[in-house]
Amino acid sequence: MIDRLRFKLSKHFGAKNVLDDFALEVHGGEFVTFLGPSGCGKSTALNLLAGLLQPTAGEIWLDDERLDPLPPERRGFGMVFQNYALFPHLSVFDNVAFGLDVRRVARASIAERVRRMLALVKLEGLEARYPAQLSGGQQQRVAIARALVIEPRVLLLDEPLSNLDAKLRLDMRAEIKRLHQGLGLTSIYVTHDQAEALSLSDRIVVMREGRVMQVGAPADIHDRPRNLFVADFVGYRNVLTLMVTARGVDGLVTAEGSGLRVRGRAEIGPGGAVLAAVRPEDVRLSDDAGAVGGARGMVRLVEYQGREYDVEVVLDSGAVLKARVPAAPKIGDAVGLALEPGRVVLLTPEHVA
Amino acid sequence: MRRGGLVVLVLPSVLYLVVMFVYPFGYGVFLSLHPAKGASGASLANYLGFFGDPWQLRTIAVTASIAVPNTIVTVLLALAVAYAMRRGIWAERAITTLLVLPIALGTVLVAEGINGFYGPKGWLNQLLQLAGVADLPRLTHNYTGVMIALFVQHFPFCFLMLLGYISGIDPALESSARVLGARPWVVFRRVMWPLIAPGAAIAFALVFVMNFGVFPSAVLVGQPAGATRTIAIAAYQQAFEHYDMSMASAIAVVMGLCQLLGLAVVVALRGRLAATGVATVGAGKR
Repeated sequence: MIDRLRFKLSKHFGAKNVLDDFALEVHGGEFVTFLGPSGCGKSTALNLLAGLLQPTAGEIWLDDERLDPLPPERRGFGMVFQNYALFPHLSVFDNVAFGLDVRRVARASIAERVRRMLALVKLEGLEARYPAQLSGGQQQRVAIARALVIEPRVLLLDEPLSNLDAKLRLDMRAEIKRLHQGLGLTSIYVTHDQAEALSLSDRIVVMREGRVMQVGAPADIHDRPRNLFVADFVGYRNVLTLMVTARGVDGLVTAEGSGLRVRGRAEIGPGGAVLAAVRPEDVRLSDDAGAVGGARGMVRLVEYQGREYDVEVVLDSGAVLKARVPAAPKIGDAVGLALEPGRVVLLTPEHVA
Repeated sequence: MRRGGLVVLVLPSVLYLVVMFVYPFGYGVFLSLHPAKGASGASLANYLGFFGDPWQLRTIAVTASIAVPNTIVTVLLALAVAYAMRRGIWAERAITTLLVLPIALGTVLVAEGINGFYGPKGWLNQLLQLAGVADLPRLTHNYTGVMIALFVQHFPFCFLMLLGYISGIDPALESSARVLGARPWVVFRRVMWPLIAPGAAIAFALVFVMNFGVFPSAVLVGQPAGATRTIAIAAYQQAFEHYDMSMASAIAVVMGLCQLLGLAVVVALRGRLAATGVATVGAGKR
C-alpha cells in the first residue's frame, strides 16, 4: 500500500481558474471525497491526478515518486468513470483483462486474476457478455473490476453512482465501501451528493469554484460547517440573520431574532450580526406557541416525504423556516417553533463565502 | 398505425425510387441485351464484344489501377488527419471550410485549378524553375494528374465522414484505456481502430465507387486516349461518338458490376471484423 499521495495543483482554462492551488495530502488506505456542485473543479482535480489533463502549475508526489510529468499509462492508477467507459467491442472478460493485457501479464495469470476479480464483484458467468448486454449496475461492476484488477496504487472514482437508479445506488455505495476496506485501497471519490460523501469517506474536501471550502471528517462537515457555502451544501437549508445579545465567559454567545433565541459558538461580541444555519430536522414544531426560546408562525406548505413531512412555516417576522417533522400539521395552522439546542451553527459574516 | 396508412406513407419514396432508379437501370440492362445491329431479341453480343476486345477490356485494369491505390491513399490519409483532429484543433472551422471547398466547387473547376497549379506551366513548375530545378515534373494529362484530381475531390468527403464517425466515439473510452496502462498507439490499435473500422469500411466503399466511375477528371487532367482511358470513357465513346447506346449500356453495366465487386470485398472484410465481435456494437451510436 502507498504511504501517501501529496499534490498541489492549479488549472486554468484561458482566463478561467478552474482549480486554484488545490493542495492535499491523502494517506494510504484513506477514502477521500471531493464534494461540490458542478463546475467546482472536483472532476478537473481527478483528471489531473489521473494524468488526463495537464496542470497549469503544481506537482503530484506519490511517496518519493513525482507523478505529474508521467503520462496516465505510467501512473498505475485505477479509474472508474461516470458513464463506465467500457469498451463496447470487448467482452466482459476482455474488458477486465485489458489493463493486464497491455502490461503483458502471462495469459494464465490474466485468466486467474480476471476470474477472481469478477467473483469479487459478483459477475461470475457473465464473462462472455458484451457491455451492451448488461444492466447499468452490472456495467458499473465491470468498470470497477477493470480498475481494480491491475491493483492500482490509487483508485479514482468520478461520480460512479450518478447514472444508477436510487436503490442500486445504495447497493453499489455499500459495495464500493466493502471493496475499499477489504482490499486496503487508497481511494479518491468525486461526487456532488453529500449523502454519498458522508457515508463513504474518511475525509471530505468541500470545493467551490476551484477552491477548497473545508476539509474534514464527515462528522465535522456535517455538524460544524465552517462557512455558509458548506452549510448550505450539506443540508442546512435554513439561514436566519440574528443579533448577538450576550457573550458568556465560556465563549458561547446568545443570539436572538425573529422571536428565536439560540446559543452557539461564534467569535463575535454583543451587538454583532450572525447567521444561524439550521437543518430542517432540527426545527421543532409544537401546538404550544409559548415555548421558551421559541417563535410563532403559520404553516404554509406541507410535503409528504415518506416517513416524514417537509413543512414550511412563515414566522411572524416574515422569515421562512423549513422543518422536517414526523406528524403533518395542516396548512394555515398556527404553530410554535423551537430549534434543537446545540444543533444550530452560528457563522459570522466573514464566513459567508 | 394501420397497414393502409403505412402503405400511403411509403408510396412516395417507392415511386421516386422506381422512376429515378429502378426504371432507368432496368432500361439500361434491357438496352445492353439488345444490340443495335444484328439479331433481334436478347443477346449477349455486346458483352462478348467488350470482353473480346483487349482495347476495351483493358479499361477495367486501367480504372482499377487508378481507383484502388487512390482509395487506399485517400482513406488512410483522411483517417490519419481525422484521428489527429478528433478532439478539436486550433482554427478547426477554417480548416474544415477549406477542405470542403473542392466538394462545393465541382469536378470541372477543380480540374481547371489542378491544371493551373500542377500543369506544365503551372505555379508549381514556375516555382521549381525559379528554384533552379532543370527537370520539371510532368504532373497533369497523365496518370498522376488523375490521381491528384481524385484525391483533391474525395479526400474532403472521406475526411468529413471519418471525422464525424471518430468524434462520435466516447472520449472516455480513450481516457480509460490510457489510465489502464495503454500507450497512445496501443489505444488506437486495441480500442479506437476496432470502433472506427466499420466507418472506415463504409468510407472506403464509397470512395472506391466514386473513383471507379471517374470520368471528367480522366478527360480534363488525364490522358483519355491512353493511360487514363477509364471504363467510363469507353462507355461515353460508345454512346456519343459511335452512337451505340446498346453497347454503351453494356459497358455501364460492366462498370456497375466491378463497383459491386469492390463493395462485396469491403463487406466481406467488414464481416470478418464483425466475426471478432468488433461490429456487433455500433460505435457511432454512443
